[in-house]
Amino acid sequence: MTQSVVVQVGQCGNQIGCCFWDLALREHAAVNQKGIYDEAISSFFRNVDTRVVGDGGNISKGKICSLKARAVLIDMEEGVVNEILQGPLRDVFDSKQLITDISGSGNNWAVGHKVFGRLYQEQILEKLRKSAEHCDCLQCFFIIHSMGGGTGSGLGTFLLKVLEDEFPEVYRFVTSVYPSGEDDVITSPYNSILAMKELNEHADCVLPIDNQSLFDIISKIDLMVNSGKLGTTIKPKSLVTSSAGALKKQHQKPFDAMNNIVANLLLNLTSSARFEGSLNMDLNEISMNLVPFPQLHYLVSSLTPLYTLADVNIPTRRLDQMFSDAFSKDHQLIRADPKHSLYLACALMVRGNVQVSDLRRNIERLKPSLQFISWNQEGWKTSLCSVPPVGHSHSLLALANNTCVKPTFMELRERFMRLYKKKAHLHHYLQIEGMEESCFMEAVSSLSTLIEEYNQLDATRSMPVEDLPRLSVAV
Amino acid sequence: MNLIQKEVEKCDCLSGFFIIMSMAGGTGSGLGAFVTQNLQDHYSNSLKMNQIIWPYGTGEVIVQNYNSILTLSHLYRSSDALLVHENDAVHKICAKLMNIKQISFSDINQVLAHQLGSVFQPTYSMEGSYHYRRNPLGELMENLVPHPEFKMLGIRNIPQMSENSLAYSTFTWAGLLKHLRQMLISNSKMEEGIDWQVRPPLSRLPTLGKVSLNRELHFNTSIANLVILRGKDVHSADLGGFKDPALYTSWLAPVNAFNVWKTQRAFSKYEKSAALVSNSQFLLKPLDTIVGKAWNMFASKAYIHQYTKFGIEEEDFLDSFTLLEQVVASYCNL
Repeated sequence: MTQSVVVQVGQCGNQIGCCFWDLALREHAAVNQKGIYDEAISSFFRNVDTRVVGDGGNISKGKICSLKARAVLIDMEEGVVNEILQGPLRDVFDSKQLITDISGSGNNWAVGHKVFGRLYQEQILEKLRKSAEHCDCLQCFFIIHSMGGGTGSGLGTFLLKVLEDEFPEVYRFVTSVYPSGEDDVITSPYNSILAMKELNEHADCVLPIDNQSLFDIISKIDLMVNSGKLGTTIKPKSLVTSSAGALKKQHQKPFDAMNNIVANLLLNLTSSARFEGSLNMDLNEISMNLVPFPQLHYLVSSLTPLYTLADVNIPTRRLDQMFSDAFSKDHQLIRADPKHSLYLACALMVRGNVQVSDLRRNIERLKPSLQFISWNQEGWKTSLCSVPPVGHSHSLLALANNTCVKPTFMELRERFMRLYKKKAHLHHYLQIEGMEESCFMEAVSSLSTLIEEYNQLDATRSMPVEDLPRLSVAV
Repeated sequence: MNLIQKEVEKCDCLSGFFIIMSMAGGTGSGLGAFVTQNLQDHYSNSLKMNQIIWPYGTGEVIVQNYNSILTLSHLYRSSDALLVHENDAVHKICAKLMNIKQISFSDINQVLAHQLGSVFQPTYSMEGSYHYRRNPLGELMENLVPHPEFKMLGIRNIPQMSENSLAYSTFTWAGLLKHLRQMLISNSKMEEGIDWQVRPPLSRLPTLGKVSLNRELHFNTSIANLVILRGKDVHSADLGGFKDPALYTSWLAPVNAFNVWKTQRAFSKYEKSAALVSNSQFLLKPLDTIVGKAWNMFASKAYIHQYTKFGIEEEDFLDSFTLLEQVVASYCNL
């Protein structure tokens, strides 16, 4: 079993990360009744004997002594990280895994990337190497950050280059929270575009997420729960947004429910690599199957079901409904409508008591309403994991490489151009050593190239499908 | 290779290797092909049969077509025979014949194991003999793979049904063999939905005319067939239908092309059962489809960077395509 290291950068990254570790512990606690440190837990946690001082306390088998998360927490202001260290999860993290500063990046990508990058490069490298050494077989880095701020966006993307140079064989999965239209950070378009360039060049796979979509999903759930339309009550703990049973008892902050959705996304993504199932899918298979061309590595994700009713017998209808929902635009984690755009590839990761025949039946049912690119008409990757998430009997994560990400990028470019034309706030960036106007121009052109590639693929939609002439051989 | 050597040393008389793998994934297909190559190098006198699982047509792995053509082309060079099982066909058998509502992989694997058992369980070496066949793998290869260009074998079984239906059915050899023969010539994957319109053409036609006529009629020409009968009164079974020269190519006489193995002992829960292993045009269409899809994807250069990262270049792809187009053409012109 392979291990993964989570690197959470910036305020958003750390808050999501905190929810993630909470849910991960809950999930493993539910599955692992005997408290033995097994391969599944080792993918995200180390088993440490806290009585031993220094680094030598790793225990590889036997009972769980004390679990430490395989994580590196980076933030340039202390507020969020301090809160984590004083909260119920303080024992899961090691003070040696943190990098903090005091003043923050001031919502400025250049400060995060250039100033703090240079300042903390050595420390970052050291912490990453340490966490890699603790792994038997490190497969993947998960980076969680936001695109609109300064630290997450700037330092988070600086990290990607460092990881690529230092660990070229390890996959870099990035969960990026994109700013929505009504974002409260004025300079978020600048930060996002500058960060996009780095994502284009140095990430293996990016899962874009958008606050507005998360918020819409939460509202929908609240509406369903409170409207009383449902005949029976909702199963406790089954809301994709709930953290019942986890260490944190109440929803203290407004973003908690939204962060839980993202945390669930990461758990479901790695579930097939951690738990057993009849059709396993490891993390390297995600990159292999869903990224046909190196530039096009943005995957639109959707999670269903959002809640489970207290019905014990799940009729087939409900199972099929789960599959249909995964393709509806209300369930996507960014503002996108994959059904009306072109699919390059699609992965369906199912958890729980679902068999291969259910999977095949639903694929055949949904295929006619989806448009796949001509050379990948059967572009499906499937996986079945037998362990369902806590509180659910089954769940589905759909990852799509689809041209519906294009509008998000185009809108981002629009907002950027509106600010840039007036040169608003530009001086904050240009006064940082190493930043010039050319950085901005390069970033925009990198984004434009990406949008153009998606455009070209979309253009093939209307063209008739021709089979190319095959090689002819002499008989 | 050390593990394999240990097992080989435990054998009194090694007839060969049976390699079980899929074509769509990474380990089964890639490492399986590599292991087969190594066996060819180290144990060149032993026979190798690869049992390969043909993936679902609607896709279970996105790059399955690439993996399949790379695997098949490599296996064609180093293996002696390829026994193919198609996921789609077995899935249909589970659904239609076995009446399983929620089909899981263990159901599918059970059907596959049954098919393999019906071929490889012991049979008597001769009519009326009490000795078991010593070398089924060797004899199977000898009978079914007369020419190295034609290595693709398919399996058909009859009967195949759920326990409940079994209680209400009786079988005769005549009935079973009639169905099996029609399954062969109409290229039917299971007992249900057989096309009874397909008939063998007149054997008096010149070869070229026969080929095009066969194509029109969807007639499945065989190179060689092996029928295995298990059950009561097996000596009374009449296999004349399988010895008709019209079923076979012109360059192999039916007496060489057709073989039968028999045993009185019933197999599994079936009082009488028959299996057919056939080197024929069974797999022509699936192979052609996979090569076509892989070619389309290759033309757009999708996913190629994932393979070049690990040392497979575009030339390797082209070599694979060339080899497989050759195989397709050869089978097509039987």
